[in-house]
Amino acid sequence: MEMKDGHSPFGRFFRDYGMIFVLLLLCVLFSLLTLAEQHPTGVDAGRQVADQIVNQEGSGAGVVIVTRDTVEDHAFAEAIQAELSERGAIVRASVSGSPADARRVISEVLARGESIEAIAANDVTSRWTIYEQFEGLSREQIVTPQSHTWPNFLKMSNLLGVANQTAIYAIIAIGMTMVIITAGIDLSVGSLVALASVAGALLIRDFGGGAEASTGMMLLGILAGSGLCALAGAFTGAMITTFRLPAFIVTLAMMLMASGLAFRLSNGASIPQLPPSFFLIGGGKMLGLPNPVWLMIVLYAVAHIVMTRMSFGRYLYAIGGNEEAARLSGVPVKRILLIVYTISGALAGLGGIVLASKLQAGDPKFGLMYELEVIAAVVVGGTSLLGGSGKILGTLIGAFIIAVIKNGMNLTAVDPFNQKIVLGAVLLTAVLIDTLKRRRA
Amino acid sequence: MTQAAAGRETPLLQMQGIDKSFPGVHALRGIDLTLMPGEVLALLGENGAGKSTLIKVLGGAHQPDRGSIEIEGEVVSIHSPADAIRAGIGIIYQEFNLVPALSAWENIFLGRERTTAGFIRRRDERRRAQELFDRIGVRVPIDAPCGSLSVAQQQIVEIAKALSQEVRIIVMDEPSATLTPAEVTCLFDIIRDLRAQGIGVIYISHRLDEIFQIANRVSVIRDGEPVGTVPIEELTRERMIEMMVGRKIENEFPKHRHPIGDTRLQVTDLGRGQAVRQLSFEVRRGEVLGVTGLVGSGRTEAARLIFGADQADTGTITLDGVPLRIRNPRDAIGSGICLLTEDRKSQGLILGMSVRENFGLPNLPEFTVAGFIREEEEAQAFTSHVDALSIKIPHQEQAARNLSGGNQQKVVLAKWLQRNAEVIIFDEPTRGIDVGTKYDIYLLINDLAKAGKAIIMISSELPEILGMSDRILVMHEGRKVGMVDDPATATQTQLMDLAVG
Repeated sequence: MEMKDGHSPFGRFFRDYGMIFVLLLLCVLFSLLTLAEQHPTGVDAGRQVADQIVNQEGSGAGVVIVTRDTVEDHAFAEAIQAELSERGAIVRASVSGSPADARRVISEVLARGESIEAIAANDVTSRWTIYEQFEGLSREQIVTPQSHTWPNFLKMSNLLGVANQTAIYAIIAIGMTMVIITAGIDLSVGSLVALASVAGALLIRDFGGGAEASTGMMLLGILAGSGLCALAGAFTGAMITTFRLPAFIVTLAMMLMASGLAFRLSNGASIPQLPPSFFLIGGGKMLGLPNPVWLMIVLYAVAHIVMTRMSFGRYLYAIGGNEEAARLSGVPVKRILLIVYTISGALAGLGGIVLASKLQAGDPKFGLMYELEVIAAVVVGGTSLLGGSGKILGTLIGAFIIAVIKNGMNLTAVDPFNQKIVLGAVLLTAVLIDTLKRRRA
Repeated sequence: MTQAAAGRETPLLQMQGIDKSFPGVHALRGIDLTLMPGEVLALLGENGAGKSTLIKVLGGAHQPDRGSIEIEGEVVSIHSPADAIRAGIGIIYQEFNLVPALSAWENIFLGRERTTAGFIRRRDERRRAQELFDRIGVRVPIDAPCGSLSVAQQQIVEIAKALSQEVRIIVMDEPSATLTPAEVTCLFDIIRDLRAQGIGVIYISHRLDEIFQIANRVSVIRDGEPVGTVPIEELTRERMIEMMVGRKIENEFPKHRHPIGDTRLQVTDLGRGQAVRQLSFEVRRGEVLGVTGLVGSGRTEAARLIFGADQADTGTITLDGVPLRIRNPRDAIGSGICLLTEDRKSQGLILGMSVRENFGLPNLPEFTVAGFIREEEEAQAFTSHVDALSIKIPHQEQAARNLSGGNQQKVVLAKWLQRNAEVIIFDEPTRGIDVGTKYDIYLLINDLAKAGKAIIMISSELPEILGMSDRILVMHEGRKVGMVDDPATATQTQLMDLAVG
C-alpha cells in the first residue's frame, strides 16, 4: 500500500519547500518582464571605451570626453582619461556638465586648432545633438560603452537591494515562525521594533557620547534594545503560560504598550544623529553583501539547526500539534513557551536596532505594520496558523516571495494601489494552498 | 417478529455490491447489507474493516464506486448528507454534531428552523421537541445548552433530532462507548421502542455482550469484504470473534498469574475537590490492579492526580517506600510513573508528528547531547519496540494520525517502555480497539506484570476488569467503595452493586 506521503527525499523536499519553485518562477517572470537595454557605467565601462578608441583611431588620437556631472559619470570619465593617457592617446578636454558646456569646450578645442578623432561619451551624452553643429565631427566618431540586454530585476544591485530590504522582516519572522508553530501568534513585534530603535538610540545618544560613541557603547546599545524587547517577550510569555490567556490578546496588549512606551521615551520624535560607527550594523557591507543580509543568513542557519536537530525544536512542534498531549508526555510546555516568546521579542528588538542603524535614527513610528508583513511571510512560507507544522527555511522563502513580488511590481511600474491588492491576493492564495493540502492529507 | 417477517416484507434498506476505493486502499468490496423494518442489525468488524466507510456511503459522505442502494424497494442515489436525510436515513456518529451553546430544541431544528417571515417559531419548535422526547420516553432538560448535558443526554438529543427528520433508518456508531451501564440499559429501551415503531437500526459496537442483548441479526465485515450475516440465535461469542478476526481466539482474556511481590506504589489519602476523596490503595510488584466504577466516579481523575496532570489537594504517594513529590507530569515521568490516557487522539499522541517523534518525546533527554537529538539512536531504540510490540507501520516517519487505534496505543506504550516506567496506568486501554489487537494488549499487560511493574488498569468493561486484574478497586463519587481481592470468584453483578454505591 504505497501512499503518497512524500517519504522520498524529493517528495519531502517538495512538501516542505515547494514554495521555492514559486519563488523561482516569480524571478523568471520578473526577469522576462524587466528585460532592458543595459548601458554600463563606471570604471569598467570607461576602460572599455578607451580601449575601443585606441583600437579604432590608434594611439596619438585626440579625444574629448563628454559626461554629465554625476558621481557615476565622474568615475567613468576618470577611468577613460587614465586609460587613454596610459595607451598614448591625447585627451584634449574632459567635460562634465550640460550640452551647452560640451559645445563650448569642443568649440574651444577646435578653435585651438587641435584635431578631435573621437568623442568618448556614454549613452546619454552621445544622444546630444550638439555634435552635428561642428563640421568634421561625425556620428561615427562618438564612442560609447557597448550596451547589452539584461533584466533590470537580475542586476546585482537590485538583487542585493531586495535581500537587504527583506533582511529585517526575515529576521523577525524567525521568531514569529517559532511562535506560530506552537499555535501562538505575536502581534507585538512591530511595536517592539520601534521600542528597540528608540531605546537603543537614546542610550547611545545620551550615555554613549553621541557622535563619538565607542564600540563598546554601541554593543551596549544593541544589547539594551534587543534585551528590553526580550524582556517584553518574556512578560508576554509569562502572561500566556501562567494565566492561560490567549496569545492574540496578550500580544495585542503588548503591541499597544510597547508602542506607547516608545513614544513616551522619545517624546514622539525621531532621535537622529547617531554616530557613524553605529551605521556599520545596518548599513555596512562585508564581502559584497550588506551586513543585515549576513545577519539574516547566520540567524537562519542557526534557527534551522535548532528546529530540525534540537529537542527545543521538536518540543515546539509537539506543543503546536497538541499541547495537552505534549504536557502529558513530559514536555516542559510552560518553559518552552516562555522561551519562544522571549526569542520572538529579542529578534524583533534586533530588527529594530538594525533598522535604526540603517536609517541612522531611532523613531517610535518605525515598524508600523511589521507584524502583518512578518506573519504574511511565515504563512506564505507554508507554516500553518493552526500550529504544529512549518519550516524555518520556508519562512525565508516566504519573505523573499513577498519581497520579489513587491520589487518586481515596482520595476514594472505597477500602481501602488494595485500592489496592495496583489499582495493581499498572494496571502490569500498561500492560506488557500495550506488549507487544501491539509484537507487532502 | 422480525425473523418471520424478513421473508415476506420489502426490506427497509438494501445495499448491494457496494465497492469503494481510495487512492491506495480498496476499502469496500462487494458489500451487501439488508435491513428489515423493526430490526436491529449489528455491524461488526475490527477497526479498519470498513464499517465507517460503509456508514459514510450510506450517509452520503462518500460515493460508492459500484453498487446500489434501495430504500423500501426503490433505488436511491445519495450524494450528500441532505440526500441521506431525505431518503430517511439518520446517522448518529460517535462525535456528536451538536452546537454546545444551543439548547436541545434549538439543536434539533438547527438548519430546518420553523419560521414565520424569518422569525423562529420558538414555542412551536419547543413543543415539538418535547413531543419527541416524550415519544422516546426520556426526560432531557430541553432549554439547557447542550454543552451542559451529559453524554447520554446529548445522545438522546441526537436521536430526537433524527426522529424529527422522519427517518426510517437510524445508524448508531458505537453509541455505548461513553455511556455508563445504567445509561446503556436506558439506550436499549429506546432502541426497542424505535424497533416497535418499525424503525430499522444499524448498531455498531465492539462490546459483544451488548450485541447479544439488542441485535436481531449480525453482519460481519473484514478487510472491506463481507464475511456473513447471521441471526443472533445462531451465534456464540467465540464464533463472533472468529468471524471478525478470521482466526480462533482461544481465551479472550489471557490472564497469567505471577507471584505478587512487595508494595511498589502506595497512595494515601489522595484528594482533589469533590472528584477524588480520601483515596488510599497500593499496587504491588507484578500486580494488575483493576479500577472500575461508573463514568464520573473519579477513576480517571485519580489517575491524573497520580500522574501530576492535575494538582492534588491532599495525599501522599510513595514508590518503593520513597515519598514522591509530583507537581506535574514531568515529575511523575521522572519518578517512573506513566499514564496511557483514555483518549489517545487528544491526549496520548501528537497526531501530525511521525510515530518516531512521538516515541521520542518523553525520551529526548536520553537521546540528546547538548540539546542536539541523535536521531539514529532514537530510531534504533524505536525499532526495537516496533519489533517487540509488533507495531504495524510502513516506516517510522508515518504520521501518528494514520495508524489504527491499536497501533496508536502500542506507540504510546513504546514511548513509556523506553522510559523504563515502573508504574504504568492504563486508562481504558482497549477502548475503540479491535478484538485482535485487544488480545495483544492483554499479553503486553501480562508481560509488564511479569517484569515486576506495578500496573493500574482502569476500565468500564467489566469482563475485561474481571478477566485481567489481580485485585479490583471499585470507585463511586470519588471514593473507594470496594476492593475485590479475588476476581476469579467475583461477578459482574457484584462489581455493579459496588459501583452504584
